[in-house]
Amino acid sequence: MTSIVVTGLGAITPIGGDAAATWAAMLAGTSGAAVLNETWAADLPVRIAAPAAVDPSDVLDRVEARRMDRCGQFALIAAREAWAHTGSPDVDKTRLGVVVASGIGGLITTLSAYDTLRDKGPRRVSPLAIPMLMPNSAAGYVGIELGARAGVHTPVSACASGTEAIAYGTDMIRTGRADIVLAGGTEAAIHALPLAAFAAMKALSSRNDDPSAASRPWDVDRDGFLLGEGAAILVLESAEHAAGRGATAYAEILGAGMSSDAHHIAQPDPVGTGAATAMRLAVENAGLGLGDIAHVNAHATSTPLGDIGEAQAIRTVFGSTADDMCLTGSKSMIGHLLGAAGAVEALAVVLTLHERLVPPTINVDNLDPAIDLDIVTDGPRKLPGGDLAALNNSFGFGGHNIALVIRST
Amino acid sequence: MASEQEVQDGLADIVNEIAGVPQEDVTPGKSFTDDLDIDSLSMVEIVQACEDKFGVSIPDDQVKNLKTVGDAISYIANA
Repeated sequence: MTSIVVTGLGAITPIGGDAAATWAAMLAGTSGAAVLNETWAADLPVRIAAPAAVDPSDVLDRVEARRMDRCGQFALIAAREAWAHTGSPDVDKTRLGVVVASGIGGLITTLSAYDTLRDKGPRRVSPLAIPMLMPNSAAGYVGIELGARAGVHTPVSACASGTEAIAYGTDMIRTGRADIVLAGGTEAAIHALPLAAFAAMKALSSRNDDPSAASRPWDVDRDGFLLGEGAAILVLESAEHAAGRGATAYAEILGAGMSSDAHHIAQPDPVGTGAATAMRLAVENAGLGLGDIAHVNAHATSTPLGDIGEAQAIRTVFGSTADDMCLTGSKSMIGHLLGAAGAVEALAVVLTLHERLVPPTINVDNLDPAIDLDIVTDGPRKLPGGDLAALNNSFGFGGHNIALVIRST
Repeated sequence: MASEQEVQDGLADIVNEIAGVPQEDVTPGKSFTDDLDIDSLSMVEIVQACEDKFGVSIPDDQVKNLKTVGDAISYIANA
């Protein structure tokens, strides 16, 4: 079977304007949370979020930026970085693909276009509104930027979207459709409407007076997730193609597992059956045994139910071998980037395996006694040498469960 | 009523804002599509902005006649 390696990384996140800055901030245990001081946030029950560390309008050309929703802007910045990181190779564009996922798409554009319609009438609605708000807009712009002709795709599976994009991109190469695929996710939903709507679901932390402590996966006092924004893009490439051009392989995407809960549109299955199935299938698809998984970058959003369900699912799948795995929850620092979350976390796993360092989970002051797993909390943890494999979990509203197995190179 | 020079200056600002074309390149002889590389969506935006800035109405069936910067200047100045 074709081996798929990761040969380039790009990101813009709440804790860094690029992949290197994001990784350094993760190792340092940095929170990207902030109080929203904008007037539109004043009446919201939740007035905290994790905004991108760098404003995309400071990076992109002004005219280029005004034709894209903020989520497209994030994706383009991350894609350019990833492409440069892999050496901006001259490749057969008919064998170059793009998969950029989003949970919500161009929501901010949708809402501002509606404001224009209501306040100024239909003749003032921008002709760019549809190409900016459609969920596949970011993927389309990245595809145009790179001249990618093997296919441009946008999986939509809520908070599992970014992970699904990487699984889909891997399949594109495995099935012979492409040699290289830029895959990842993007999200830009820090706006009054989604904050009000997620708060109405009681999904968000309301720790307005202490934002950097709001996202606390597995801690006994967790009270919901912290909304983040940004994008991450990975360059996936067949190992043969990468070797042919002398590209560095940072890690290998070894397998993916997917399942669906068929339980509830927004609540996780309380015993994590679907999550367990996805993890088991991912390990099988990777051709590994349960004992080969050394590390899990967990979905761990800091919600009371979700964190427990995932932990139980891990124990169900791995049994006593789970005692030999260490877990981390990147959302403790970056918040929950929805459709970009899985992509940022996959990027973290790639660097974890490449650098042999697991970033910490911050804010675990009192580990929930229901969690019987080894959570990395106090600074980065060194991993041993040799072959190492790790799991990246993502779950989404709608009952989507996706797990990736990534291996060191 | 704005003079043709005032319209040209205002239109140049709009075209620069929307499409990034330098103001000094927005001159009467230039074709929006062939010379200034304005796509059809940006052309709609330019028309919307002109209606707001100059207080004129440019019906959809007139837009196709505005092929050059000069066409737009004379339409707006005489509207």
